[in-house]
Amino acid sequence: MHAETSAPAAIIEAVNISKSFGPVPVLFSVSMDVRPGEVHALIGENGAGKSTLMKILSGFHDPTSGQIRLDGKLASLPPNGAAEKLGVVLIHQELNLAEQLTVEENVFLGREMKKNGFLDRAAMRAIVQKHLDEIGLDILPTDRISSLTIAQKQMVEIVKAVSRNARILIMDEPTAVLTEEETQVFYRQVEKLKRSGVGIVFVSHKLNEVKAIADRVTILRDGQWIDTRPSRDLTPDMMAQMMVGRELSDLYPPMQEADVDAELVLEVDSLCTHDVDNVSFSLRKGEILGFSGLIGAGRTAVFEAICGLAPIESGTIRLFGRDVGPMTVAEARDVGLAYLTKDRKEKGLLLNKKMRPNLTLFALPKFVKNLAIDRKAEEDALKRAIRRFDVRALDPEITVGKLSGGNQQKLLLAKIMECDPRIVVIDEPTRGIDVGTKQQIYHFIAALAAEGVSVVVISSEMPEIIGICHRVIVMREGHITGVLTGDHINENEIMRYAAGLKREELH
Amino acid sequence: MTSASEGTAGKSPRRISVDLKTLGPALALLLLCIIGFLLNPAFVSEGNLTNLLTRSAFIGIIAVGATFVITAGGIDLSVGSMAAAIAGVMIIVMDNAVETLGTGVPTVLLGCGVAIILGIGAGWINGVLTTKGKIEAFIVTLGTMGIYRSLVTYFADGGTLSLNFEVRGTYRPVYYDSFLGLPFPVWVFIAVAICGWLLLNRTAFGRYCTAIGSNEAVAKYSAINVDRIKTLTYIIQGLCVAFATIIYVPRLGSASASTGVLWELEAIAAVIIGGTVLKGGYGRIGGTILGALILTTIGNILNFTDMISNYLNGTMQGLIIIVAVFLQRSDWKLGKNKKS
Repeated sequence: MHAETSAPAAIIEAVNISKSFGPVPVLFSVSMDVRPGEVHALIGENGAGKSTLMKILSGFHDPTSGQIRLDGKLASLPPNGAAEKLGVVLIHQELNLAEQLTVEENVFLGREMKKNGFLDRAAMRAIVQKHLDEIGLDILPTDRISSLTIAQKQMVEIVKAVSRNARILIMDEPTAVLTEEETQVFYRQVEKLKRSGVGIVFVSHKLNEVKAIADRVTILRDGQWIDTRPSRDLTPDMMAQMMVGRELSDLYPPMQEADVDAELVLEVDSLCTHDVDNVSFSLRKGEILGFSGLIGAGRTAVFEAICGLAPIESGTIRLFGRDVGPMTVAEARDVGLAYLTKDRKEKGLLLNKKMRPNLTLFALPKFVKNLAIDRKAEEDALKRAIRRFDVRALDPEITVGKLSGGNQQKLLLAKIMECDPRIVVIDEPTRGIDVGTKQQIYHFIAALAAEGVSVVVISSEMPEIIGICHRVIVMREGHITGVLTGDHINENEIMRYAAGLKREELH
Repeated sequence: MTSASEGTAGKSPRRISVDLKTLGPALALLLLCIIGFLLNPAFVSEGNLTNLLTRSAFIGIIAVGATFVITAGGIDLSVGSMAAAIAGVMIIVMDNAVETLGTGVPTVLLGCGVAIILGIGAGWINGVLTTKGKIEAFIVTLGTMGIYRSLVTYFADGGTLSLNFEVRGTYRPVYYDSFLGLPFPVWVFIAVAICGWLLLNRTAFGRYCTAIGSNEAVAKYSAINVDRIKTLTYIIQGLCVAFATIIYVPRLGSASASTGVLWELEAIAAVIIGGTVLKGGYGRIGGTILGALILTTIGNILNFTDMISNYLNGTMQGLIIIVAVFLQRSDWKLGKNKKS
């Protein structure tokens, strides 16, 4: 490592770490160090080995070769999170809190304070309250985790780590599920932690964010260490190039003009559900329609209702010119309407199953011949899908949970496309995936539209909405607040509608 | 599903441990048979083996149904009581039909028809209460278990319901006669097992059961009618109970409050010993059948030896269940350790 001489000594240092899972190598002699009071971003495409490196740094995995040094001394980190005692805390992407316990109980879980053999709740509560006040988090120590928002839960994780005197905080995509506002709160928290001397490692796919808050950046590609540099020497474009190893000039495909006279394939009129209030819009053949808005604006709820995943209270839906009543998911699929969930781990894929049953699950009736599943057809479909969507799995018999996020997303896309939908709703098409895969997915969406498939893209990432959509509908609190086309599709306009600063009179 | 994917097995070490897992119950059964033979060579006599197979047919058939329920993430505790209630109603119906239909085959067929309808109906009730009523399967079937058990006690007025002697004569061959050297119950067992295996491993329905048990939300988002599939698993379970009862009734020709006691536990045990995962998502019909055979073999061996009291049958079965699950688990860990 080319450490600057003036820099303070590293708290934790990974030296020439290699790691193989069985015969499969995933890290090749990677080195990285974290100093007190710095934010060290770890970036790379999905499958580059970031998660593995983080798990090795926090003791969840043992390196196959190489050393971990803690305060300059060779250390062997205890497994399963016990490294917390040494001040090294990993905050998982899927947060690790007991949902039914309170904030206080979670923070002190496993090291409860006792007085005379009984829990000293008052003391614990006071300490938790003090930490919450420091963060400026407006929740009570007695609140149940299940009643908190994701952002609040994340803050509780941080409080938990801080209260355990964490010196190294390792975070896996902490901002992936946060709104813009919550992200700002998170940044402020990171600043405070830095000032108190905590070293922070974080993984992010948002390169602007990396540029904004990281002091140093380590780039991995295909398990190899590419570079570690101060972030002031890097631009987001440079980072993207180093991650991918090639020019990324065209992240978004060239926009093909939408045919404004194309037939209407979906017309929704005055749709009302529990979370949706009087929503009307239409979709044309071959159009890419964006749905923007803040998290919780009701975008997902609209399409879950249309696709039969949630009950409809009132309103009419016309599909391909015919009135349809409430449909089941299977009926929607059979007329050519498919919804791809944003929650690929909980609602999208069976993580403990292999790729083949996952791929064909949605369109399974298509694979039934003489009452039995046609395995040959399934195998062929898998081969086709792997080619068409460039799903990269080292071993085709691997369970899907072991695939990287980007490959999971491609497999999920393949699963939905297996039924050849004419309208496909893609909810957060690129959540938590790397820039190379993002590019592939954008091009795929554009190609679909060019073939005459209508695509609805629900996304909280404004650049992608702006980059690929012909028309953008903005929602806020269950209503549609604006419809943007052409040059009006820009961040400023979208934000004003999304935040409720501007509102179009519809109808 | 597993067996076919093993056919296309790669060369990774994981595959071998999976194979071991599949082979585990088979090896255990083989070991038991060797022990049985060493303790008493009469264990492998033709008479004893057919007896053993016949005895395992009841639990085996019910356990095939339980494999579906458990694979789809449910549980059915009511099967033993359900069998008793069906047996009771069957006997009452047949006894009452003697006047109109006589004591011949039509009466027995009527009884069997009633059993099948009752089995389907009882399964449907369990299924609908679980899915539409949104009550946990454990609670629903705990409730119906109590209800069915008390119903049979009530029908029998606290005593025993006995089948008309003449009808018993007509019905008797269903349990006691053989075809090609194998008793009828064994044939039913084989047929149910084959159908079950095909259904679970080769059809969309089986795939849906696995998907639901693995992750219900994913199943819902994959256009699967979760409620219907789950209800169907309970109906299959009910049907299996009906089949088991149909071959059980001619054995004793009676039903009482003690009929089918603890069958639910034996069925679940057979399923678990066979390698099906209790929390769902992974089912093995072949394993279930081996599990049922293992449980019956233990009892059988104890009958052959004086070393351990026959009264300790339950203890031995309990030990085997715990050891089987423990072995499956440590096997799993072993695979993991090898990797890191």
